[in-house]
Amino acid sequence: MAVPASEPGVEIRDLRKSYNGTPALSIDELDVRASTTLALIGPSGCGKSTLLRLVIGLLAPDQGSIRIGGVDLTPATRRALQLRTGYVIQEGGLFPHLTGAENVALVARDQGWTRERIERRTRELLDLTQLSPDLLPRYPGELSGGQRQRVALMRALMLDPEMLLLDEPLAALDPMVRSDLQRELKSVFERLRKTVLFVTHDMGEAGYLADEIAILRAGRIVQRGAPRELLRSPADPFVAAFIRAQRPLGAMAEELDRC
Amino acid sequence: MLTALLLAALAAQAPGPTVTVGSKAFPESWILGETLAEEWRAAGLATAHRMNLGGTEIVYQALRSGAIDVYPEYTGTIQEVILHAQGPVSPEAMRDALRREGIGMSGPIGFNDGYALAMLGARADRSGVRTLSDLARQPELTLGLSHEFLGRSDGFPGLRRRYALSSSRVFGIQHELAYGALASGQIDVTDIYTTDAEIERLRLRVLEDDRGFFPRYDAVWLYRLDLGQRAPRAAQAIERLTGVIDEARMIRANARVVIGHRSARESADSLRAEIFGGRSRGPAEGTLWQSIARNTGQHLKIVAISLLAAVLVGVPLGIAAARSAILGNAILAGTGLLQTVPSLALLAVLIPLFGIGVVPALIALFLYSLLPIVRNTYVGLTTLSHPLEEASRALGLSPRARLFRVRLPLASPAIMAGVKTSAVINVGTATLAALIGGGGLGEPILAGIQLRHAGLILQGAIPAALLALLVQRGFDLLDRLAIPKGLRLPAARG
Repeated sequence: MAVPASEPGVEIRDLRKSYNGTPALSIDELDVRASTTLALIGPSGCGKSTLLRLVIGLLAPDQGSIRIGGVDLTPATRRALQLRTGYVIQEGGLFPHLTGAENVALVARDQGWTRERIERRTRELLDLTQLSPDLLPRYPGELSGGQRQRVALMRALMLDPEMLLLDEPLAALDPMVRSDLQRELKSVFERLRKTVLFVTHDMGEAGYLADEIAILRAGRIVQRGAPRELLRSPADPFVAAFIRAQRPLGAMAEELDRC
Repeated sequence: MLTALLLAALAAQAPGPTVTVGSKAFPESWILGETLAEEWRAAGLATAHRMNLGGTEIVYQALRSGAIDVYPEYTGTIQEVILHAQGPVSPEAMRDALRREGIGMSGPIGFNDGYALAMLGARADRSGVRTLSDLARQPELTLGLSHEFLGRSDGFPGLRRRYALSSSRVFGIQHELAYGALASGQIDVTDIYTTDAEIERLRLRVLEDDRGFFPRYDAVWLYRLDLGQRAPRAAQAIERLTGVIDEARMIRANARVVIGHRSARESADSLRAEIFGGRSRGPAEGTLWQSIARNTGQHLKIVAISLLAAVLVGVPLGIAAARSAILGNAILAGTGLLQTVPSLALLAVLIPLFGIGVVPALIALFLYSLLPIVRNTYVGLTTLSHPLEEASRALGLSPRARLFRVRLPLASPAIMAGVKTSAVINVGTATLAALIGGGGLGEPILAGIQLRHAGLILQGAIPAALLALLVQRGFDLLDRLAIPKGLRLPAARG
C-alpha cells in the first residue's frame, strides 16, 4: 500500500473526527495513488461522507493530516486545493439561480478566464459528458435528474482538476438513467485518469467503477482492496454479510466464476 | 449614521426662512400660528409656519432646538407638562424658569382655554343653573364626562371634592360624542374647553367656576429669547398679538374651521380683520387635487428616500449579522429594539438632534424600515439549503464571488420580501411625518381627525391606501428584476 513518491494522490494519516463527542471517523492511514479510483462504501452513518467532506475542506479534522498531491490541507491551502478538486454531490448542488452554462462557468469566471477560453472548455466538456448543448441555457429546475448530474460533472471538471470527489453522485437517479451514467462515468474516469474518490452505497457500482474499494464501518476502514479480492476473501463476517446483502453483485459473481 | 448625515444634507439644501412659527395638532393652535404668520408676512418677513407638530413635548423641543422661533402655549400646560410643577406657579416664577432654558413668555393673548362644565342654555335656564355651586344643588342632573377629565386630578375628582358634588349620575363618554348626547338630552352636563367651537353653535352655557377650582389655561406665546435681536419686527408682531383675542373671538375663529370647514388661514385672516380692522383676503390655497397631489408627492418622496437608505444600510447589516453569531445577535437585537420604540417617543428624541420637518421624519422611517430588511437578509443567508451552502463552500470561489454570485442571489426572494414589507409599512408610518412638520398624506388625516371632518381624513387615507397597493404592485414587478429567473421557476427545487 506504499505510495511511490513520484505520484502522490491523497495521503491521510491519523485522521479523527467526532460530532459532539461522538466519534464519527477514525482512520490511521489511507492512501490513494494518483490516477486511480477508490470507492468508499459502507452502511449509512459509517463515516464515508464525513471523509469526503474532510478531504474537500468542508469539515476540519479534530486531529491528523490530509495531503493532496503532496500539499497539506490547512485553512491556508484549502481554497487552492479546492480549485484543484472537482466535487459532485447527490443532488448535484447546482445553483438554481444560474443556468447550466453559468453553473459550469462560475468558478472559471471567478478565476478570470476569458469568455473564449470558457466557451472552448465548455465544448470539450459537452463532448466528454455527452450532454446536448441545447440544455446548457436551461436552469437546473428545467433539467432532469440525469441531465443535472451531467452538468454538475461538467462544473466539477471545468478547471481540469487533478482529483474528483463524488458523494453518491447517482443515488437519486432512477435505475435506467443510473446505469447509463455509470457507463459514462467509467469512460470519463478511463479517459481522464484522475484521482477519484467516490462514495456509494451500491457494491455493484463500486465494483464497476473503482480500481479499489474501501469498506467502512463505524468510522473505520475494515477492509480495502480490489473488488475481486474483497469478494474472494472478505476480511471478516461483516464484510461478507455486507457484500452478500448487495443484490446487483450476482452479475459480478458470475463474471468472477468465468475468470 | 453616514446615511443620516447624507439625508440631513439633502433636506438642508432649501434656503431657510428667517422666522418660523410652530403650532400643535389642533385647530386653535393652527389658527393662532397662522395669525402670527400672516402678521409676519404682512411685515415683509420671510415666514414659515410648521403646523401640526405632535404634542407638547415635540413642539417644545422644536422651540428649544431652534427649529421654530415661537408657538402658542397655555399656562396650565407650561406648569404641568413643561415645568412638571406640583402646585400653581405664578406667572413670574414661570417666566424665570423658562428664561433659564432660553425661552420667553409673552403676556396673555387674551383668552383662557381651560376645562369647564357646560349645559345647553335652555336646559340651564330651566334648572336655574349658572354656576358650579348651583350644579352641586341639582344632584338629579346627568353628567357625561370625557374619560380624560374623569381621570385627571385637576379634572372631576378634584372638582367633586371642591364643590361637594353628590350626583350619582356620572358617565364616561367620548368627548366627540358628548355634544350629540347633550343636544339630544341624554346627558345634561359635559366637560368642555372654554373656547370650543360648539359653545356658540349649540348655545352652551359655560358654568361659572365660582370657587376657582379649574387651573387657568391662558394662551401665551412662547418664543426664543434671541428672536428680538435676530428679527425685531417678528418680536413686535408677537407683542401686537397679545391681549387682543378674547374667548368670544377665539370661539368664533375655531367655529369657522371646525364647523364652517374653512381653512386655518382663512379663519386667521378673519381674526386679524376683527383685531386690526380692514378686509380679510380670500382663500389662496389651491384646489383639492393640487393639495392631494402635493401631499402624495411629498409622501412618496419621504417613503422612497427612507426606504432606499434602509436598503443600502439594512442589507449590509444583514450580511454582517449572518457572518458571526455574536455580531448577528447584537445587530438583530439592536434593530429589534428600535422597532419597539413608540413612534412619538422616537420623534421626540430626534427633534433636539435634527430639528423638525423632513429630516427627523426620514430618519425615523429609515430606522423603522431597517428591521424587516436586516432580518430577512439574515434569515435568507442563514437558511440556504444545506447542499447549496456546501456546494458554495466547496467550489473554491473567492469570498466575494461566493457572496455576490451565489449567496445573495439565492437569498434575494427573502430580501425582496423584507424590502416589500418595509415599503408597505413605511407608506402607512409616513403619515406620522405630518406630526413634526414633514408634510405628506398625514397632514389632511391629522387635520381631519382634529376637525372630525371625514372628508379631510379620506383625502389623506385614500391616497395612502392606494399608494400602499401601488407600492405592493410595484415591488411584485421589481421582483422580476431583482430575483433571478431560475428561482422563480415552479420546480426550482427539483
